[in-house]
Amino acid sequence: MKPVAESTSASALESERDTFPKLVRDNARRLADKVAIREKDLGIWQTYTWPQYFEQARHIALGLASLGFARGDRVAIVGDNRPQLYWAVMAAQALGGVPVPIYQDSIEREMEYIVEHSEARFAVVEDQEQVDKLLGVRTRSRHLQHLVYDDPRGLRGYREPGLSSLAELTELGTKFEASHPAHFDAELARGAADDIAIVCYTSGTTGAPKGAMLSHRNLIATARNAARFEGLREDEEVLSYLPMAWVGDHVFSYAQAIVTGFAINCPESAATVLADLREIAPTYFFGPPRIWESILTSVMLRVEDAAAPKRALVHFFLRLAQDIERKRLGRQSVPVWQRLLYPLGSLLVYGPLKDNLGFSRVRRAYTAGEAIGPEIFLFFRGLGINVKQLYGMTEASVFVTIQRDGDVRLDTVGTPITDVEIRISDAGEVLFRSPGVFQGYAKNPEATRQTLDGGWIHSGDAGFLDRDGHLVIIDRAKDVSRLADGTMFAPKFIENKLKFSPYVREAVCIGQARPCVAAFINIDLAAVGNWAERRNIAYTSYGDLAQKPEVYELIRGEVERVNASLAEDEILRGAQVKRFLILHKELDPDDEEITRTRKVRRGYIAQKYAALIDALYSGQDRVQVEAKVTYEDGRTGTMRADVVIRDVGAPVRVAR
Amino acid sequence: MSEPVGPLLEVDGVSVRFGALIAVNRVSLRIRRREIVAIIGPNGAGKTTLLNAVSGFYHPYEGRIAFEGRDRTHLSPPDVAALGIARTFQNVALFKGMSVLDNIMTGRLLKMSGSFLLEALYWGPARRQELEHRAFVERIIDFLEIQAIRKTPAGRLPYGLQKRVELARALAAEPKLLLLDEPMAGMNVEEKEDMCRFILDVNQEFGTTIALIEHDMGVVMDISDRVVVLDYGRKIADGEPAEVRRDQAVLDAYLGVAHA
Repeated sequence: MKPVAESTSASALESERDTFPKLVRDNARRLADKVAIREKDLGIWQTYTWPQYFEQARHIALGLASLGFARGDRVAIVGDNRPQLYWAVMAAQALGGVPVPIYQDSIEREMEYIVEHSEARFAVVEDQEQVDKLLGVRTRSRHLQHLVYDDPRGLRGYREPGLSSLAELTELGTKFEASHPAHFDAELARGAADDIAIVCYTSGTTGAPKGAMLSHRNLIATARNAARFEGLREDEEVLSYLPMAWVGDHVFSYAQAIVTGFAINCPESAATVLADLREIAPTYFFGPPRIWESILTSVMLRVEDAAAPKRALVHFFLRLAQDIERKRLGRQSVPVWQRLLYPLGSLLVYGPLKDNLGFSRVRRAYTAGEAIGPEIFLFFRGLGINVKQLYGMTEASVFVTIQRDGDVRLDTVGTPITDVEIRISDAGEVLFRSPGVFQGYAKNPEATRQTLDGGWIHSGDAGFLDRDGHLVIIDRAKDVSRLADGTMFAPKFIENKLKFSPYVREAVCIGQARPCVAAFINIDLAAVGNWAERRNIAYTSYGDLAQKPEVYELIRGEVERVNASLAEDEILRGAQVKRFLILHKELDPDDEEITRTRKVRRGYIAQKYAALIDALYSGQDRVQVEAKVTYEDGRTGTMRADVVIRDVGAPVRVAR
Repeated sequence: MSEPVGPLLEVDGVSVRFGALIAVNRVSLRIRRREIVAIIGPNGAGKTTLLNAVSGFYHPYEGRIAFEGRDRTHLSPPDVAALGIARTFQNVALFKGMSVLDNIMTGRLLKMSGSFLLEALYWGPARRQELEHRAFVERIIDFLEIQAIRKTPAGRLPYGLQKRVELARALAAEPKLLLLDEPMAGMNVEEKEDMCRFILDVNQEFGTTIALIEHDMGVVMDISDRVVVLDYGRKIADGEPAEVRRDQAVLDAYLGVAHA
């Protein structure tokens, strides 16, 4: 076990600055002219300074107060990243209430669960789409009363009681203030560090979502520790594009922005994120591996469309950069000729590419949530972008470990940040404690007991600390199992290797108590589609493309590559993929096959696709499936398809 | 502001003929302000021809068309557009090489004034005017949720999006009456749902009166206040969707008459 880092007094907070609304008030005084939040609206970046941030949130709070908002009330927050919704978060906190952000793409039933479980009386939402869902929820709800929306489009005809626009709400707030001038300040002053600041519902891979409660102290201390650990400054620029319901966005776009005083930028729409990224050129960027992957894919697709000499040039320099980076990370020396060529590459390729992607000013970028493919990681680092891995959990207010600058590795997630202690249990599970450790799951003492034991969080991840104190994560502890012959089998480890291929979007490996490992594959429609077009392979849909023999050959090559790399691992060598099939449909959160954060729900898939699994192990080479699909509006239908199964060549053995 | 009373558009006994073929035969209909009217009918019923007559592409052989109470049977398309009637086409008609933004800006042309020289120099009033128009166009872009393709050449867009851009261009003219010729043809279910929502929102938000030709009966029944049915150039029904659906003449036209 590593010695505890010397405790700074990060978790001791002065009462003038011990909640987020108080910190915003402080920012409004301290950083009066500084931009706090930008939003691209009507094609132009609109800016709001810290005093404006505070005022806007104050007016929303007063409006909520006029509707009878009481301390402890929960407010559902639903929508894309919008300044108004961040203000609503602060408004709720200022009145001693608790914001409960919900994924904006949740279907009505999922929303209903969280609204009912959190007992939210209020909801502040973005637009008609969310209003429609919540009106449906409200008809059955014992709790939900008031709905407030930001964008009035399509809502003019709505006459439901308890439904108002944000503009109407702030008007109510102004009136309320005239009769209760001291209300806001008094409520603000009553807030304390140990109040619950937010409830984040984690989209569990098993069972119903659990509401992790985080206090102001948890979030402020952790955000501050991480900011100091990484040297964040007031002049950082962040793009707020990840779902507000995800604790990551809450910490990056809300907690850290407020604690540090930096500016966040809300994209125009979900579809414009990449263009907005370029316009903002953030200095501090966070993306889960799938975002990095999709940026890389879009770059490579554009490179393939370039003229041959350009393409050759780009490929040459990209290979060079990755080669250099691999040597650097492996602590090997870089040959002189490569070092000399790199500046030329910067001039011709890396610089322009970074500028094009919006990464020209990035000082720190992170990937977390899942393992990132080494090629992807090397690609971005090779360009000179300081991408690092971090390990975090909702229950820890995110930050547990971060790779320090100059100490970045491919296979670890870094060392514990300030005030975090890590221990590995006898069973190999990662345990930690920190000032960010949460206050438990809302109304779920049983789950809280299982996760929180004597102040230590049981992460549920199997891992170990290496010689240098770096944390290495292998897999979810409960997923690590054995094949029928006793060989160790870590499904996510193999799946991640499969997903490192640009052609594989999702993979599910099966093998517990089975004679061998088999895999379900989801192809990446964009990448494989492009590959198919280049080869003049016509297809009509995902399902059609997925079952093409050529595509099966392509994927078999990828699986063999993964097997070769597994063969190099001493422990996991025995668990190579013997058979696979390409699923006829994409795994979809609407069908509950993966979570909204794209984590595979193994148990559910095993049950739903039991027929496919049987076929994989019964030597059939083709199987018929029927699957229930859920459309975006919540209706369900049935899909029938024929799925092909393929064997993978003889297992690769390593020559010694 | 009080709105003028009386129907927005009156079509009175209008016929259009091509040689011996009578494509539209003494059709009369009224479109009230803020209404969504669907014009339906089997292929070759004369729906598009009627729309073309209203927008000035064809001139009626007999009958009278009045817009806001004034006769305008024999105006040319530009004059009709200046009156406040905008339309989209059955086959998308965009400037394929121009960006989406520029395409929509062309919809503002009628609203622009000023000298060619000032425009070219982008100076003084010309610059101010251009900025105002751009701001208006941005509202439409936001409204129709096409921010992500603002700079994309129209020709590179999938069909469904091109249709939406065409709608945006029509809206840029701030029309009082919007004529949509099969706005949902060739779209998948999801695109159709989006388009329906946009049409309803346009009607509600801008108070635009809308006449549309559509084949998808589900769509027609869902969004229109009134349905006009044409068959072989004649109007055979006119009323609320539920009535029209029960109308025997309509059933015969669509399902065929049993010759017993």
